[in-house]
Amino acid sequence: MEFSRTNFELSASNISAVRGERLLFKQLNFDLASGTVLYLQGANGTGKTTLLRMLCGLSKPYSGTINWCGDNINDLAEEYHQNVLYIGHLPSIKEDLTALENLQFSLALTGEKFDLEQATEVLKMLGLGRGLHLPTRMLSQGQKRRVALARLWLQDLPLWILDEPFTALDVAATELLKQKIVHFANAGGMVIMTTHQAFTMNVPNFMQLQLDTQLQLDEVKS
Amino acid sequence: MAEQLQLSTSQLSTFAVLYQVLARDIRVALRRQSDVAAVFFFFIIAASLFPLGSGADPKLLKAMAPSVLWVTALLSCMLSLSRIYASDHADGTLEQILLSNQPTVLIVLMKILAHWVLSGLPLVLVAPLIGVQFNLSGAELQTLALSLFMGTLALSLIGSIGAALTLGIRGTGVLIAILVLPLYIPVLVFGAGAVNAVSIGMSANGALSLLGAVLALALVFSPLASAAALRIALE
Repeated sequence: MEFSRTNFELSASNISAVRGERLLFKQLNFDLASGTVLYLQGANGTGKTTLLRMLCGLSKPYSGTINWCGDNINDLAEEYHQNVLYIGHLPSIKEDLTALENLQFSLALTGEKFDLEQATEVLKMLGLGRGLHLPTRMLSQGQKRRVALARLWLQDLPLWILDEPFTALDVAATELLKQKIVHFANAGGMVIMTTHQAFTMNVPNFMQLQLDTQLQLDEVKS
Repeated sequence: MAEQLQLSTSQLSTFAVLYQVLARDIRVALRRQSDVAAVFFFFIIAASLFPLGSGADPKLLKAMAPSVLWVTALLSCMLSLSRIYASDHADGTLEQILLSNQPTVLIVLMKILAHWVLSGLPLVLVAPLIGVQFNLSGAELQTLALSLFMGTLALSLIGSIGAALTLGIRGTGVLIAILVLPLYIPVLVFGAGAVNAVSIGMSANGALSLLGAVLALALVFSPLASAAALRIALE
């Protein structure tokens, strides 16, 4: 399948989220073009994860719509999902399987071919060279996280939605991941992410969204 | 402009993806053999207790064999139901499954199939051996195996709905039983009925056809219902 990376667009119009009786956020608007990194900020419980799950299509907004290239993502369903790489809080790694087997399955779910050599290379680069054939239950928290993040190097999807990708990573891995995100955005990829670390990125289109009682969206051009 | 990322030129076919789902579930289960073995041995032991407890009257044994074997098969299938989705839910794989570019319904169907291969199929294979303990004849054993073959598949399909509905709730074991056992009744009636029919010298075709009808219905509706339940559970 051929696609050009430069003409994707994700837009949220007037979306709001309700948890129980409480309004998490309301009338949130933003438009993301290819090459944009959207960085969601906010204290615990302000709805960052909720928003990310909505943007993936895992849950529906209480009101408002999210459109992918003009079509509602809930109507597009699988057609939208084949563009999204979502890495949530949970690593989605089966502890009885090895890192390679886990990656093979993750790739299969998005219909992508698994290249054993390439996957081995990426895992080695992420410092997992010695644990390749161990069940992932033997790996540390940070190493499991690296296995989950290895998908970023192996999958070829235009939109990344990353929930706290830096959790449990050491300094070197954090740096590696930042570089990867910058590289991806510069190549026309779209990234939506949350993190609790102070964070800026040297990409042409870096946006910050503060989830709070007073919502505001400011764009930082760097 | 920075370098363009390399685009993948080929995508896996739906069939290849579904095969991966099936193969993975079976591989995971085989790495946790105790789970699979537990269901298998529960069936063997529970079914073997009845001849021990009811004395050595061959006629009595033969008369109760279909219902005993079917009820124990049904209970052992139920034991492993929560496994279909629970671990995938706990580690986040289920989110990825819902975000797959393949229809959730088909992936769910594969997971159910994997559950059947691991918990239903072994029962089908061992049931004729257990049936010998109950003094069943060759024809009866054949019908037993055939009815269990269709029946356990229906049990896995129906049970999947219960497993999906109770996802994320604590202490699901009893709740699944309450949800699913009433739905198992037709399978039990027609499955045991087929074997009973053979033992009184009638044809099993009627009961087997009805069992097939239940299976066909379950095959169509269970993946749809399970997928919908999963979506709700993860919302």
